[in-house]
Amino acid sequence: MSTIDLPHQDDQQGRTPAPVVDNYLTYTRGIKSWIFTLDHKRIGVMYMVSVLVSFLVGGTFAILLRTELLPPGKTIVGADMYNQFFTLHGAIMVFLVIIPSIPAALGNFVLPIMLGAKDVAFPRLNLFSYWLWIAGAICAVVSLLMGGFDTGWTFYTPYSTTTETGGVIAVVTGVFILGFSSIFTGMNFIVTIHKLRPPGMTWFRMPLFLWSIYATAMIQVLATPVLAITLLLLIIERTLNIGVFNPSMGGDPVLFQHFFWFYSHPAVYIMILPAMGIISDVIAVHSHRHIFGYTFIAFSSIAIAVFSFLVWGHHMFTSGQSPLMNTIFSLITFSVSIPSAIKVFNWLATLYKGSISLNTAMLYGLSFIFLFTIGGLTGLHLGTLNTDIHLHDTYFVVAHFHYVMMGSALIAMIAGLHHWWPKMTGRMYSEFWGRIGCLLVFIGFNVTFFTQFMLGSQGMPRRYYDYLPEYQVYHVISTIGSYVMALGFVLTAVYLLASIMFGRRAPANPWGGRSLEWQCTSPPPHDNFKTTPRVGNCYDFSAVVWDEKQQGYVVDRSLDPTLNEPADKA
Amino acid sequence: MTEIHASNHAHDEEHGDHGHHDPHLAHHFETPAQQFDSGKLGMWLFLATEVLFFGGLFVLYCILRYNHPEIFSYASNYLDTVMGGVNTCVLILSSLTMALAVRFAQINKPKWMVICLVLTLLGAVGFLVIKYFEYTHKIHDHLVWGSTFYVPTSVEEAEKLGGGENPVVTTEPAAVAADFVDPSDSEQELIPDSLMQKPATSVSQIKPAQMAPGGIASMAEGEPVVEPPYSSGANHLEDADMPPNTHLFFGIYYCMTGLHGVHVLIGMALIVWLIVRGLRGHFSHKYYTPVDLGGLYWHIVDLIWIFLFPMFYLIH
Amino acid sequence: MSPGILIGTGLALLVLTVLTVAVRYIDVGEFNIYIAIGIAVVKATLVALFFMHLRWDRPFNSLFFVASIAAVVLMIVFTTMDTAQYAPDVIKGNAPEAQKTLDELAPDAPVAVKYPYGM
Repeated sequence: MSTIDLPHQDDQQGRTPAPVVDNYLTYTRGIKSWIFTLDHKRIGVMYMVSVLVSFLVGGTFAILLRTELLPPGKTIVGADMYNQFFTLHGAIMVFLVIIPSIPAALGNFVLPIMLGAKDVAFPRLNLFSYWLWIAGAICAVVSLLMGGFDTGWTFYTPYSTTTETGGVIAVVTGVFILGFSSIFTGMNFIVTIHKLRPPGMTWFRMPLFLWSIYATAMIQVLATPVLAITLLLLIIERTLNIGVFNPSMGGDPVLFQHFFWFYSHPAVYIMILPAMGIISDVIAVHSHRHIFGYTFIAFSSIAIAVFSFLVWGHHMFTSGQSPLMNTIFSLITFSVSIPSAIKVFNWLATLYKGSISLNTAMLYGLSFIFLFTIGGLTGLHLGTLNTDIHLHDTYFVVAHFHYVMMGSALIAMIAGLHHWWPKMTGRMYSEFWGRIGCLLVFIGFNVTFFTQFMLGSQGMPRRYYDYLPEYQVYHVISTIGSYVMALGFVLTAVYLLASIMFGRRAPANPWGGRSLEWQCTSPPPHDNFKTTPRVGNCYDFSAVVWDEKQQGYVVDRSLDPTLNEPADKA
Repeated sequence: MTEIHASNHAHDEEHGDHGHHDPHLAHHFETPAQQFDSGKLGMWLFLATEVLFFGGLFVLYCILRYNHPEIFSYASNYLDTVMGGVNTCVLILSSLTMALAVRFAQINKPKWMVICLVLTLLGAVGFLVIKYFEYTHKIHDHLVWGSTFYVPTSVEEAEKLGGGENPVVTTEPAAVAADFVDPSDSEQELIPDSLMQKPATSVSQIKPAQMAPGGIASMAEGEPVVEPPYSSGANHLEDADMPPNTHLFFGIYYCMTGLHGVHVLIGMALIVWLIVRGLRGHFSHKYYTPVDLGGLYWHIVDLIWIFLFPMFYLIH
Repeated sequence: MSPGILIGTGLALLVLTVLTVAVRYIDVGEFNIYIAIGIAVVKATLVALFFMHLRWDRPFNSLFFVASIAAVVLMIVFTTMDTAQYAPDVIKGNAPEAQKTLDELAPDAPVAVKYPYGM
């Protein structure tokens, strides 16, 4: 880590800067100070590094898959290896990357600072949950050494209880552990938001990112234990053969899918809700305009969290679920589109007449709106019972969930990474290369996955190793798109890493944000705030003015009447 | 769990210079009340996850019972209601002593608190001892889970299974094989070792006549009726009324009571930790958060058993 | 929350336990299970309210606890509704019988799963 010893914050009060400014990166030194750290910022950074490494691994598998599908028949690996590859790609991306990416990595870093707290409520539990994550990842690696697994990331019985591949139990144990990591993170965030809000930070003064993290944490705490027990039953079924999922022994195989999706449908909202929170903040800050419909966005997060528990059966329309439940689940599925659409319309209304800065983070934010709209609308095709019969288990489904999981959740994570990168590292990255990278990712993504909508609607089944020649043209286009996207991510990695070494020192507030994290130095000091900060309206940008000397924005306190009340000690 | 408690002391090592006089207040909290409330909310969130963790098994139970009501009303007779009832009372009493321990901590009587905690621990030990006798008795009677439980219901099937082609039987083959053979039987010597390893083969060691009354009826005239190779009273193997897939009842029984037992063990570890800290005088009416949170955990263990008892033992 | 209340709660729980065991031996048809679960719910409520202090605690703790129970109930209701409404078998019978029917209809078709046990 680079040493940052130039102060930025004190300038605005006209004082001579002190020679050394305490920041969380330099507060203590040595590898032990990271391994045993209780500082939420360091834990967030460790999560971020781990998640990005997993993203590299999962992405490599994706590129291998696309390369294999370039022509029909065998290209680089055999069919069994292909099965393992797509399983690994799915499991890594879902359990190791997307679920922890925003809440655990960015959330850990940003949430307490945004809230005005010194740390999360249970710092040790926080560290424990990070090391649980590592333990879960190690289990996944061990399962590879034991022969891998080819069950698909959903571990459906009876295949998962009978497959010959030796790593199933190890990876299921790993996911079990990762689940607890996620639960503890969620618990921490709920308690932090409930109990550690400083005076003045009322529920409706919280930035929308915190609302979405709060809703996410609710889902994490209430849904993940069901995954834990499901996986435990799967392990018991596979080792002791109790037969509860085996129809020939009187069990019920569809029940496993009920169990699995009772968690895994809410889990997709664990992925998308915090993404929506990031976008709410990124859009408002980079448009320099008050967010439109604050309470609607806040409550739509809660509404989505509640609805997420009522729609799991829409994954099982063709699995032998009863017509009655199909109808009920289809109906409720459509109602989820209401809060989602409320958010999209509010973001668009925020953009309207805003003074938009097309920074890299904002470009990713705009990409999110575009991609999420496509992903959301194609979800309606799949939520409709009769079209789902045709589209089920085709590339249409693959394209749909990549638009939502990757095009939305991961793109929002990258938007947030760029948005808070100066805060995390204290360095500015190159905006020029950032925009080029975003463009490559955006174009590559659409070329890759829009093609797959067409593939799927023509009947190409997902997870197939081989295909008929008439599908080849789509597969070739899709693969080329994936290479473009990979290039974009490599470029992004290069300029971000370069910025740590060569980047300009970041001002406290490079984008003109108003929430509390922009009021402490970049990078923040060990305890976040010397004194408990005074909370204003975090979406009122009229008081945020450009300061030439700092090359950043500052809050002009005279322009915000709420900050000039007598209690203000700043 | 312990992390929640432990986090309260984060400052002891690292942030001792913040000027707080209360040694139990972590640096990121403003007041002890805020810290206590946070711990309590965290514990309740954890208890909610426990409810959902067991909730999955409750769902499984409901589905199995809905689909196979006959299995549950039949197999429930093999559980000992007296033992289950005594266990319920033991757990309720230990819950009561736990609640009293918290109360004594609140009114600053640490000695009485420790006594109540020790009583709670004794209750937990008693519960597990009774549970141990229940388990061993059932395992002795082959009332176990999955395919290990399975008994053929006709001569043909027994012969078919005897061919060693039953792919499902995987669990504890040696133990099953050993139990099926009366140790006093001199013919035991004649059974080759290779057969002992195969559970499916071991089933064929029982003459079909003993499988069920129907089996006797189907026997050819003149064949001697061989005594059962073991004698453990009214054994399920001789019961013609046994519905198919009765093993499901015992599968879910061991899952739920086993997981509950694991929670009892964790709770015991927690209580021991509280007793040790209590003896060292760590708790008073000013600081008793760990006792309170540990108590909540112990009550949820009790609460789950309150449902398990009628679900398994009290089926009419 | 005096010790008297706690001891009273404990006694009530013991009495209810004896009651629920006694009810097991009375035949009231399908109501047996409802009575048993009803008594268990009463006992659980007593434990939560008095032993676990929810009676005096912050409402949010109770709210979240009830939410978790509601989630379990929701899952039970939906899955049981589903089980109860499973479409009538396309080929009548349970899995082995279905396999037998399949064997008759298409004797040459490859068999995916061999069911080891008849029913």
